[in-house]
Amino acid sequence: MIKSKHSKWGDYLVVFLCVIMILVFFLPVWNVFVRSFSSPQALIRSDVYLWPVDIDFTAYTLVLTDTTYTWALLWTAMLTIGCTILSMTMTTLCAYPLIFEKLRGRKFINGFIMLTMYFNAGTIPNYLLFKSLGMINSPTVLIFPYCISVFNMIIMRTFLQNIPDSLRESAEIDGANPVRTLISIYLPLSTSVLATLSLFYAVGRWNGYSDALMFMPQNKTYYPIQLLLYNIIQSKESLDAATQEGFSTPGASDALKAAAVMFATIPILMIYPWLQRYFIAGVTLGAMKG
Amino acid sequence: MTSIAQSEKNLRRYRTRMYLKRYWTLYAMLALPLIYFIIFKYIPMTYIQIAFKKFSITKSAWEMDWAKNHGFQYFIKAFSNKDFYNALRNTIMLNMLNLILGFPAPIILAIVLNELPYRKFKRFTQTIAYMPHFLSWVIISGLALQLFATRFGLVNTVLRKIGVDSIPFLDDSAHWVWTYVFLGIWQSVGWNTIIYLAALTGINPELYEAASVDGASRMRKIWHITLPGLKSTIVILLIIRMGYIIASDFDQPYAMSNTLVTNVSNVLSIFVYNYGIKGTQQSLATAVGLFQSVVGVMFLLITNSFAKRLGERGLW
Repeated sequence: MIKSKHSKWGDYLVVFLCVIMILVFFLPVWNVFVRSFSSPQALIRSDVYLWPVDIDFTAYTLVLTDTTYTWALLWTAMLTIGCTILSMTMTTLCAYPLIFEKLRGRKFINGFIMLTMYFNAGTIPNYLLFKSLGMINSPTVLIFPYCISVFNMIIMRTFLQNIPDSLRESAEIDGANPVRTLISIYLPLSTSVLATLSLFYAVGRWNGYSDALMFMPQNKTYYPIQLLLYNIIQSKESLDAATQEGFSTPGASDALKAAAVMFATIPILMIYPWLQRYFIAGVTLGAMKG
Repeated sequence: MTSIAQSEKNLRRYRTRMYLKRYWTLYAMLALPLIYFIIFKYIPMTYIQIAFKKFSITKSAWEMDWAKNHGFQYFIKAFSNKDFYNALRNTIMLNMLNLILGFPAPIILAIVLNELPYRKFKRFTQTIAYMPHFLSWVIISGLALQLFATRFGLVNTVLRKIGVDSIPFLDDSAHWVWTYVFLGIWQSVGWNTIIYLAALTGINPELYEAASVDGASRMRKIWHITLPGLKSTIVILLIIRMGYIIASDFDQPYAMSNTLVTNVSNVLSIFVYNYGIKGTQQSLATAVGLFQSVVGVMFLLITNSFAKRLGERGLW
């Protein structure tokens, strides 16, 4: 490329800036990672920087044997999978019919849906609705109220619209109905957008805590992992294991917190890099039409 | 005449029947999503009237009595409430700081990434830069505690070792604001570059080649080719951000807050939560939420028409 022919120093500067940025993004997470298996004494001495000191897996065993924590992890994993499947189904059902230009009432339905993106009723009206539906303090409040994101629906609609109409028309001539066309033509061509949106929904559910905090405060059994973590980090709650084994000194509880944070973080950090190519395309698509 | 009209009518009926026969499945598919939008998005809108009414647990929203002052009692009450002013000020202050410092950040990062000559390294940098977007605010606040806590935090430990006094990043209001803004940028900057990087791929590479032939320096190329290529994306994103100047996120401020800094960390969403869900002032909280929504929509309309007057595409 001609671009890099002159000014080698410029290239070095750019690389230097990027290295700094990588460190800024990466080191905080790395530091908690190494803290999670350093010994409590080293944490109290504040000796732990970039490498674990006196490697010690006690925190991990304690976290893993804590039934409250492991149950929350398992429950949130099930919740995330279930919600993602539900959301993807609903989003497809919503986006696919709207690409048929002949569909009567399409403009109205589009407007009806888009309006909810710009104007929402607010927290209290939502709360009162959930209350009248009997959803307060029930895990259903974590599943249904936010199961379609209009933004994600638009991404999917745009993607489906970009698939050539001629494919659909030839299928129609062969006598396929719209459902058949969706299943045998559109969905197989849409794996990238399906992967992207599944990631968005799954991350949203896995990382969400405010809906449980507001609408399900008394049902501790079904607290999602992030709300449990919030209570642990804010020391409003300590892991059972910690209190039993006299593990409540500051350094030890720090190691425990770090281990608890790592368990909730690692699943997502292992998944997202593999989907990078797809979600870049997804975000770009959403931005063009959003 | 009548027979022609008759047959036209028959034809139309036939077409409708054919249309429905072919497309009824589409309406069937839309049924569930539309029921969802009606129940979870439109029915709550009928509860907005609570802002103008005296809330009562025993009555439905339609049966409640109107509030005093032509129904505006709770708006007046909000505007004479110190907590509300505080929350409004905090919301606008944090959003403004986030806009001023956070808006240019992804543009700069995207330009830097675009200048990287090594593809694999660029991809790696991107992957790392996207990571914070996938962390929840609970986790980020946990990281912040480990890094910035006054006594045991990593940064303060290092500062003490080199003989500088500890900085109360999270325990003092003024410092907390900057930590909040910094973490907001840290979390979103990488993710927000995606759109700019996509816009950059749309720039014709011949422009850069021509500029190189003319002997333009790197900075000149950025100034005269890259930035103009990003202009319309920047304007649209700026509109969207302006529309959200009064919107308030709940997850970040609530997760990062602590008892020492509530005077700056209580934003409108937390106010609504404290008064309407933890407390029992549902009407007041609904009024505040409605105020927030209406002002938000107004901001969006204003900035959008402003952008159109400047000759940009706008949002719609």
